[in-house]
Amino acid sequence: MAMHVENLAVSRGGILILEGIDFQLSAGQALVLRGPNGSGKTTLLRTLAGLQPIADGKITYDIDSVAYAAHSDGLKQMLTVRENLEFWSSVFGTGNIDEAVEAFFLGPLLTRMAGALSAGQKRRLGLARLLVTGRPIWVLDEPTVSLDVEAVARFGETIKTHLQSGGSALIATHIDLGIPADILDVTPFKAKRPSLPQLDGAFQ
Amino acid sequence: MIALLVRDMRLAVRAGGGFGLGLAFFLIVCILVPFSVGPQSQLLASIAPGVLWLGALLACLLSLDRVFALDFEDGSLDLLASAPLPMEGVVSMKALTHWLTTGLPLVVAAPALGILLSLPTQGFMWLFLSLLLGTPALSVIGTFGAALTVGLKRGGLLLSILVLPLYVPTLIFGAELARRGAAGMDTQTPLLMLAGITFATIALLPIASSAVIRINLR
Repeated sequence: MAMHVENLAVSRGGILILEGIDFQLSAGQALVLRGPNGSGKTTLLRTLAGLQPIADGKITYDIDSVAYAAHSDGLKQMLTVRENLEFWSSVFGTGNIDEAVEAFFLGPLLTRMAGALSAGQKRRLGLARLLVTGRPIWVLDEPTVSLDVEAVARFGETIKTHLQSGGSALIATHIDLGIPADILDVTPFKAKRPSLPQLDGAFQ
Repeated sequence: MIALLVRDMRLAVRAGGGFGLGLAFFLIVCILVPFSVGPQSQLLASIAPGVLWLGALLACLLSLDRVFALDFEDGSLDLLASAPLPMEGVVSMKALTHWLTTGLPLVVAAPALGILLSLPTQGFMWLFLSLLLGTPALSVIGTFGAALTVGLKRGGLLLSILVLPLYVPTLIFGAELARRGAAGMDTQTPLLMLAGITFATIALLPIASSAVIRINLR
């Protein structure tokens, strides 16, 4: 079992967003989160990535197995594509960027400054970081924004390869990635309580 | 963590990185003070340690809001928080980068600027020593202030107000050490106090800064 979520409640800025979430994610499984804008998908993903405290409930997993990709890619404009990737590979101690470069067609761009890339190319570089981390659980927030049709298909293939090698993925997306995935609609989990019982946002 | 240091140093020296901003400000202050005070080398010599210290402190303050703001804006701070680096290590590296790009150039430039301010000969060594010992504290305290204000748009004003009182002890003992050294007096007390402040901030503040960053990322 890669991840087991029981009766989880998540909050943002002290306001309860979702509650009573239960799901399991096993190795080789992909789970797609659905829900309208503002329904709490990002907050849920940030909680799973360990960036937000858990408001209630329990997540059973190894926090160090999660690779998180947010809306913004965390790229440094004044570093080249290679320097950006090599930085993350040494932070995660993997030391190999070749696989990621190949999977996201970054070869011809390696010496280019990240600031000189197009939006789609930046996104590809941001997603390439996932492979560089070498972590099994991918937590992805709208990964396909600004990608063209071909790049989306390639990305679907990359996720498939990742799943086949025993990884798993949790993806908030509005489009079909062409991968075999279970769907989790977050709308029914919308919090009914207005706020948390004891509200101490900073020091709980 | 070394990778983070290398990356930040690289970013600092590339275009738009802000390296040299503090140094340029320090040069301007120290060049203009003799003009505004007038050609009285006696008076200049007595205010030189204080002016050099104040200039160094303000130069440090100038570049503080960049410490975390850029990483916060492009999302790398979120990614660093979920990376296998302890947040204490991340903030320590940020403080070290700030010192290497801002504090250290000031320490090296200060003796040369002491000439402009008619600093007595025996004071140069003490000025250099006091800045070398004191500027790390300015960077570490400043990093704590930057951590408190990360995520605030135009948090620079709040940052200055928060950090200035914390800078006062370092300024008092740093400038006192340089002044006593220049006047040929006993320097042991301010030297020990300054060293104590610096080592205590290096030991304690990264823990506070990392806690504050985690809260600000929520």
